[in-house]
Amino acid sequence: MRSKETGGARRLRFEIFRYNPEDPGSEPHMQAYEFDEAPYMSLFIALNQIRETQDPSLQFDFACRSAICGSCGMMVNGRPALGCRTLTSDLPDVVRLHPLPVFKLIGDLSVDTGTWFREMVEKSEAWIHAEEAFDPNAQEARMNDDLAQAIYEGERCIECGCCVASCGVANVNASFAGPAGLNRIARFMMDPRDSRSDADWFEVVSNSDGVFGCLGMMACHDVCPKELPLLEVYAYLRRKSLAAAFADRGD
Amino acid sequence: MTSDLISTDVLIIGGGLAGERCAIEAAAAGQDVLILSLVPPRRSHSCAAQGGMQAALGNCVKAEGDNPTVHFLDTVRGSDWGADQEVARIFTEEAPVAVRELAHLGVPWTRVRGGKNSYVIKGERVEIEESAENDGLIMHRDFGGTAKWRACYAAAATGHAALYAVDSEVVRLGITVRDRTEAVELIHDGNRCWGAVARCLRTGRHFSVVAKATVIATGGYGRIYGQYTTNATINEGMGAVIALNTGVVPLGNMEAVQFHPTALAPSNILVTEGCRGDGAYLLDKDLHRFMVDAEPAKQELASRDVVSRHMKQRMRDGKGVDTPYGPHLWLDLRHLGEQHLTTKLREVWEICRDFVGLDPARDLIPVQPTQHYSMGGVRVNKDGQAYNMAGLFAAGEAACWDMHGFNRLGGNSLAETVVAGRIVGRRVAEFVATSSLDVPTSLAFSAKSTAEQRAAEWLGRSGSGPSVYDIRNAMGETMMGKVGIFRTGQELAEAVGEIENLLAECDRAVLRSKVPGMNPELTFALRLKGMLRLALVTAKGALLRTESRGAHYRSDYPLRNDAEWLNRTLVRWAVDTPEPTFSYEPVGEIDLPPGHRGYGSDERVEMRETLEQYNEGVYDRQAAHGRLATTEAPGSRLRRGAWKELV
Repeated sequence: MRSKETGGARRLRFEIFRYNPEDPGSEPHMQAYEFDEAPYMSLFIALNQIRETQDPSLQFDFACRSAICGSCGMMVNGRPALGCRTLTSDLPDVVRLHPLPVFKLIGDLSVDTGTWFREMVEKSEAWIHAEEAFDPNAQEARMNDDLAQAIYEGERCIECGCCVASCGVANVNASFAGPAGLNRIARFMMDPRDSRSDADWFEVVSNSDGVFGCLGMMACHDVCPKELPLLEVYAYLRRKSLAAAFADRGD
Repeated sequence: MTSDLISTDVLIIGGGLAGERCAIEAAAAGQDVLILSLVPPRRSHSCAAQGGMQAALGNCVKAEGDNPTVHFLDTVRGSDWGADQEVARIFTEEAPVAVRELAHLGVPWTRVRGGKNSYVIKGERVEIEESAENDGLIMHRDFGGTAKWRACYAAAATGHAALYAVDSEVVRLGITVRDRTEAVELIHDGNRCWGAVARCLRTGRHFSVVAKATVIATGGYGRIYGQYTTNATINEGMGAVIALNTGVVPLGNMEAVQFHPTALAPSNILVTEGCRGDGAYLLDKDLHRFMVDAEPAKQELASRDVVSRHMKQRMRDGKGVDTPYGPHLWLDLRHLGEQHLTTKLREVWEICRDFVGLDPARDLIPVQPTQHYSMGGVRVNKDGQAYNMAGLFAAGEAACWDMHGFNRLGGNSLAETVVAGRIVGRRVAEFVATSSLDVPTSLAFSAKSTAEQRAAEWLGRSGSGPSVYDIRNAMGETMMGKVGIFRTGQELAEAVGEIENLLAECDRAVLRSKVPGMNPELTFALRLKGMLRLALVTAKGALLRTESRGAHYRSDYPLRNDAEWLNRTLVRWAVDTPEPTFSYEPVGEIDLPPGHRGYGSDERVEMRETLEQYNEGVYDRQAAHGRLATTEAPGSRLRRGAWKELV
């Protein structure tokens, strides 16, 4: 790995997927740009520089540029990654960028993750199903800090879509919950504030669109920018599914 | 394909915490709500708030004795007496409810662990026994400028956790969100707002949304500082711009701009104040802890304006670490230990690893003060109702409500989003319940036509001219260089001149790209003039305010001047006029008399009049400046004198 402080010595070549669905004259193609590398240069800096000095029509998405908002998932040399925290110092001289698959293309590197994730939240009802309404006069319900930390671990997903893009199943089955969807289900499943029973969850997760649709290739686990322990998440969901299935038999 | 005209009860502009919490309140009252957001709501900048949310629950040992009155004192002192004290009072009383509501919605707050806990306090590692009785309640961490540990937190991802919980509630209630959509023009008749014209950032098409009530919740305007900000690229202040463009709605205290002490150098990514709250040190190039000498009482945990000034001064004194990007100082987290860093400050640990390749358990972290927060914004009354314009509301960082005055305390803004969302949302719902949508559609279509003509005018320009990005970069250099941490009359006057030139340049700029669709260059060009207008009113407001208060520091007028400047700046920009106009209203009824903040300078120019004289007719004077009537009588929530038992 090159030092992040160095740079400036290399000439970089970016080959970027281009297609503007709003332009009847636009055809999907790859377009090349060359520029000098700079110290600490991220894809956020590089792509903005291309837009501002070479090609103002280039579409891509960034917001926080600090790996928190999840806007800038893209395929970097064939691997899903957040553009903002990908430094050119970690990349070869030629970098090929494509939009994330699975999500609807908006233009060039920009894809519609918002619609996909809203549908995922609606489908799995990824919110706390509280038994009682909020009481503004009551002290908060207690929670053991270890449990709070465990829920927080799953809560850390930033819905960037890298895992979904990397998932062989999500790429062919549009109704698969996807790694981020399964992670979110597990996060609510372990939350005692959510009143759904194992049997309720069984309906949501224990089928081929849920955890049993996963083929175990685990690219999701490898590409997750937040390093979520997805392997453990699926094991947890399978275990809970089995327990619910046996309980359902009335044993 | 969207219709050219949509109608709704409530239009919310901005899908961050303030906007979404507002939307929930109106939707829960059975109203039809539409949220417009530049990005999917979970990507709003609220998600980037790291360290915590201030609420006086008083759950841990170092929070014992805390209550809303102590929080009120901290907030007013932090504001350098620029805050509206009734709003600060309302905020501090409602913050505990808002934080507990977030727990109900699923936020995994860090909890009190009964038994022995190890903390770093003022450079010493101490063991404190948390009572078993409080085990499992919401935990607090220390933050700058507060008398007690008060910030409730979920590791260093507090904003993320809160935003996801609130957005889940938005989805549960079935509230319609149109992401990748920008409000570009308010629909109004000069007295009453009836919605906004929006531009779709997928297709570039415009459409009108007519609404009984419109809420601006677009966050801050940090990007007028170019790259010298911790803010996301979407924080371009367009909510303030469309309000200013009405010609009648004033913006409040635009010169009150906060600089956060610890932005990562050179990228300016935020490193939370929670680091210093948890015991981190600031060091100069000689590895000297200069804040201990500078502020013996609060050390690294004085308020942000004070710490940023000491840092800037230290670098001016040649004690910064020189780099090709300019000097920086060090943040030292090493003594907190890897276990603490990878759990309670996990997001900081990740940022250091990912963006500078450093491990804060072993390495010093390069930091510098950078633009961070906009205390100024759309001036509203305590109900969130904009001055001079019925039916228009604002909440969160986009608003000047005004609980922060001239300096906001860390953790108070994240709490403000949900507290203001609850309160303003309720007032919006009440307003809508008694309104009908009797707006002439011609008003909506003429506003849409104005917006479309603006885009067409940009696309119609040809020949050679400056690039919109060069103008933006020049604006950023001027703002950080001359409207920054230390300000002088001469530099501010230069800044005003430079921005006026950039406004003229903007009229000559041409687009390099005229592709159909959203066209990223056109999208930015459509914002540029508005951003320059915000930059101008900020610089000019700073030039006119010949005193130092909170984050507004004039080296040529170093004292806070309560005799002449105990007031709030209001700025309007009448349609088709070349210059903005400034006026000054009282900060509000003053309960806690002006005094020393407990950190920073103790020198000031005292008030000439008595408090009674200042407060006499204060609400009538504000009404004369455009403040609309509130549901409850003005001053009714101010618990006058409650602070006396604590001081």
